Amino acid sequence: MSKRHKKRDREAGLSRREFLTAGAAAAGGLAFGGGRAGSPKVPSVGPRKAPVTLNVNGKEHTLEIEPRVTLLRALRNHLDITGPKQVCDRGACGGCNVLVDGLLVNSCMMLAMDAVGRKIVTPEGLARNGKLHPVQEAFCARDALQCGFCTPGMVMAGAWILSRHPDPSPELIKRELSGNLCRCGAYGRICEAVKMAARKK
Amino acid sequence: MKNFEYVLPGSLEEASKAAADGGAKLKAAGVDLLDEMKNTVATPDKVVNLLSVGGMREIVRTKDGWRVGALVTLAQLADSRLPAAITAAAGEAATPQIRNVATVGGNLCQRPRCWYYRNRAYACLRKGGTVCYALEGENRYHAIFHNDACAIVHPSNVAPALLALGATVVTNRRSIPIEEFFVLPSDHVDRENVLEDGEIVTEVQVAQSRWSSAYREERERDSFDWATVSAAVALRMDGAVVKDARVVLGAVAPVPLRSKEGERVLIGQRLTEKIAQAAGEAAFKGATPLSDNAYKRLVGPANLKRAILSAGL
Repeated sequence: MSKRHKKRDREAGLSRREFLTAGAAAAGGLAFGGGRAGSPKVPSVGPRKAPVTLNVNGKEHTLEIEPRVTLLRALRNHLDITGPKQVCDRGACGGCNVLVDGLLVNSCMMLAMDAVGRKIVTPEGLARNGKLHPVQEAFCARDALQCGFCTPGMVMAGAWILSRHPDPSPELIKRELSGNLCRCGAYGRICEAVKMAARKK
Repeated sequence: MKNFEYVLPGSLEEASKAAADGGAKLKAAGVDLLDEMKNTVATPDKVVNLLSVGGMREIVRTKDGWRVGALVTLAQLADSRLPAAITAAAGEAATPQIRNVATVGGNLCQRPRCWYYRNRAYACLRKGGTVCYALEGENRYHAIFHNDACAIVHPSNVAPALLALGATVVTNRRSIPIEEFFVLPSDHVDRENVLEDGEIVTEVQVAQSRWSSAYREERERDSFDWATVSAAVALRMDGAVVKDARVVLGAVAPVPLRSKEGERVLIGQRLTEKIAQAAGEAAFKGATPLSDNAYKRLVGPANLKRAILSAGL
């Protein structure tokens, strides 16, 4: 098993322990339920809002959300982090790509509560000390976009590819970008930009 | 999406108890369930989060095979050393970012992709209605076998591969040979497997064997798409001769479909292109296509032939 996968083995998402701590601090803002009278209750949260803490781009944010709120919605509508784009909202286009514990995921198909305790990186978090990520630089240099709406998701996918493959082949880039749609059809330059970023890195 | 109470069980017993409660749905990564909930096809009052149970995230090598935890992701499975048909099927599913979260248990238990089922406006047979709209309607991605009642195809990529390798599905209550895990609409039209209320898939066991295997699928585009036809094949070879064969068809029936007809053609024969083609044709001979999916009867044998050849050569 690779290192990348070992990382996932630890508890992720809102664990029972974290939830109980959060519940104690919420002054009655959480409803417990799930068990029959007389038997011990299975812990639960919601349907009302509950406080959760998300680590986004190295910063902790505490917000009050209902369980149904997706990570994408929490980022965009609650934290005003609008780099991840809502496009298909069904995990089919990659516009909302973020990294969660270093893995590329569709933030529209993950509940925000499942991202508690994990490190979330959005397009806003790719630049370091005011310097763009090599993939971002390559997208500018190669002019790898037309309308630009898919770009944040493409850049996240590109950064993810380079985190695993320092020198990806064009075929590998194509395959690993296959969860991202570009309605303008700028795929040629997008793939070239990822390749270019690998060389620069 | 309707709001819900998010149940965070600390054990399988708690998860099972909570899931047996009416109006509750089990969730792993939630990729399929969130899709259904966004379409308001599923409107559970409670969602039981299996991620909070802990464990079930490892592939354990045993002396006679592998134990794959139900929360192992498709990306993990694709990168694993399990038989080729299984890793290929996992690696062909969905997209890289979905494979990074989607789980083996979720993949086996996902609901059908039929557009009438997924559209709330159609009170179809599977949703408690009286009509399968696909039979007289738009049915190009639907079943060409066992399609007289409800014409869904089972959506799992991994299931045909696991079936070809004779895997076992382990739940919190029992072990089920995967051949007995899926159910036809004629037996149960409202579910796709034998799981009872509160029953949870915890693990899939695959035995090590000297069988060689392959998975192959056809789809309309190279990137993210469901298969129009797929095939998983496991062969026990003795030199160039097929001693035993397991042939499974995917995306053509409401269950991953074992084809004894295809197997019979192969067993005892020298594996050649001609024999592989004959097996492909035999496997699809009994098909009963609907108005728009007769192409599956042409694409299916060719795809199966290639899967057989890549398993055996």
